[in-house]
Amino acid sequence: MILQWKAVMTVAENRPLIEVKDLKEYFNINTGMFRSRPLKAVDGVSFTINKGETLGLVGESGCGKTTVGRTILHLYKPTGGEIRYEGRQIKTKEDIRNFRKKATMVFQDPYSSLNPRMTVSDIIGEPLDVHNLCSSKEERHDRILELMDYVGLNSEHAARYAHEFSGGQRQRIGIARALAVNPDFIVCDEPVSALDVSIQAQVINMFDELQEKLGLTYLFIAHDLLVVRHISDRIAVMYLGRMVELADAAAIYDHPLHPYSKSLLSAVPVPDPKIARANKRIALTGDIPSPLNAPSGCPFRTRCPYAAEKCAESMPPFEEISKGHFVACHRLAEINR
Amino acid sequence: MALLEVKDLRTSFFTDAGEVKAVNGISFELDHGKVLGIVGESGSGKSVTAYSIMQILAGTGRIVGGSIKLDGEELVGSGENVMKTVRGNKISIIFQDPMTSLNPTYTIGKQLTEAILLHTNRDRKQAWDRALEMLRLVNVNDPERRMKQYPHEFSGGMRQRVMIAMALACEPDILIADEPTTALDVTIQAQILELMARLQKELGMAIIMITHDLGVVAQLCDEVIVMYAGSICEQGTADEIFYNPHHEYTKGLMRSIPTADTAGKKLRPITGTPIDLLNMPKGCPFAPRCENAMKICITKRCERMEINSDHAASCWLNVKRGIENGTISPDAFNDFAVEGGDDRG
Repeated sequence: MILQWKAVMTVAENRPLIEVKDLKEYFNINTGMFRSRPLKAVDGVSFTINKGETLGLVGESGCGKTTVGRTILHLYKPTGGEIRYEGRQIKTKEDIRNFRKKATMVFQDPYSSLNPRMTVSDIIGEPLDVHNLCSSKEERHDRILELMDYVGLNSEHAARYAHEFSGGQRQRIGIARALAVNPDFIVCDEPVSALDVSIQAQVINMFDELQEKLGLTYLFIAHDLLVVRHISDRIAVMYLGRMVELADAAAIYDHPLHPYSKSLLSAVPVPDPKIARANKRIALTGDIPSPLNAPSGCPFRTRCPYAAEKCAESMPPFEEISKGHFVACHRLAEINR
Repeated sequence: MALLEVKDLRTSFFTDAGEVKAVNGISFELDHGKVLGIVGESGSGKSVTAYSIMQILAGTGRIVGGSIKLDGEELVGSGENVMKTVRGNKISIIFQDPMTSLNPTYTIGKQLTEAILLHTNRDRKQAWDRALEMLRLVNVNDPERRMKQYPHEFSGGMRQRVMIAMALACEPDILIADEPTTALDVTIQAQILELMARLQKELGMAIIMITHDLGVVAQLCDEVIVMYAGSICEQGTADEIFYNPHHEYTKGLMRSIPTADTAGKKLRPITGTPIDLLNMPKGCPFAPRCENAMKICITKRCERMEINSDHAASCWLNVKRGIENGTISPDAFNDFAVEGGDDRG
């Protein structure tokens, strides 16, 4: 089969590929025999991702970043809000089926996301079978070898099982599987967190190269802020099911405006002793509240050093304060004076 | 005299597939009140080094050679009775996952006092008070109520605080921390690192910090050991290792970390995959992945060589550079080569 390279796009186009509006995802948690309460994992999140762009999504565990990724792909049925792909809302089963030919996912754990009873060629070939993308066995075989070549696996590896590979190679298999349907959009859910530093860098470079070659759009979910900074064009910061800040990667890193983004970034251990010693950390006290008992008003107010009365009263709106820089904070003006 | 002196330590695991040399001849010293970082990737032997010092190796693991001296007293081969007086009293350890280190069926208070009763002469009441004092020391709010709670009622960061309280209850000279913040979120990690730095200053103990995160090392450590495949590549003060690395593996690791400067550029990762400990090459273990490997790297292991008084590395490139600069005479060359029958192949 002739290589199906898409138009080479190195610069992100200013056309939204994915639009998410007021997305909500509640899970019902049983709190008694006949009682249940909603756990608001994602509570009204809106953003867009342009074609060819990488949007980084960061936040601590339990903030809902993985749920956002999964809900976009309709692995969870959204409780509310809408998701548009190339301007068209995804609603019916038919829409979802078509959407999944264009949007796939790479999972965090390369050990549990590959079926140990399938060979590499079957794992990579499964999406081809599900979506009937290959008309003959030869075509399927060629496509699988082509995909393995994209991600730097040898063709001899095709008949082996996942357990024969190291973590980095397994993640390559997972990426080849995500690429099988020839997608436009990939949700990368912590794809390098389980890998060693030296292997992590190899995989990050591969994500970069694939994006250039195939014109892919990524939603890159991670908790490692250095990795996200490296790979993302824009970055969104989440806290307790809400988005608190969204801006260009450089803007967020150099001038974070939301108090949570500030403390999150200052908490990152920098691999440089002199900077680390001089670094003034904005220490946060306490832990993230449970999403079952989220605080009233601004979700961050219980740990925020600047919290005032009005923060408890209402949720601050997610506003665009300069071009492309969104922040949700009542006391923004006072804090960043 | 150094507080802890490890010399040519060798620890192996005897598996069905053969002997795995997890720690293959490492030597280092730790002084009172110093923070030593051991960095390396998975399988580099950094955790096994810690378990060897504590002699808590699992299953088929055994110390097969070398010596570990604590305050001049030899620990290797000293027997379980001696080790019982060392563990908890003189050397304590905290692990990566605080959930699996705590017993879910006992209250925090019970587990804390148990450790104190076992190692000191306090009675039950005094042990309880000591436990409360320790919880206050690690900034656990409302310790009286917390003592009666079970581990599942604590968050990850709080559990790690409890583990630190337990480890420090008997005022050990050395605290070994095995990836203590890897399972925690960044803001919680920052809290725990700050706590450890504060306690280290207040109590004056030495810390061995085992981690894969060079950022954590930069923040906390005075001295650093870089390990690869069971051997030490490079050791020295934190500043020397970060600003003046002299081993290709250390340099590769530093290059692999994304920073603000690398945004939009390609990273330069170390190529290849980590070494198979069952099939160790006879030369430098890093040679198969090294960009600048020379012939000698594949055939002979490089001995530790001093770069300056604060810094030593085991890399043939340093020897080559030394000969080129005239600081090492080519005649001395043989002294750096490891003599040994099986190394000759």
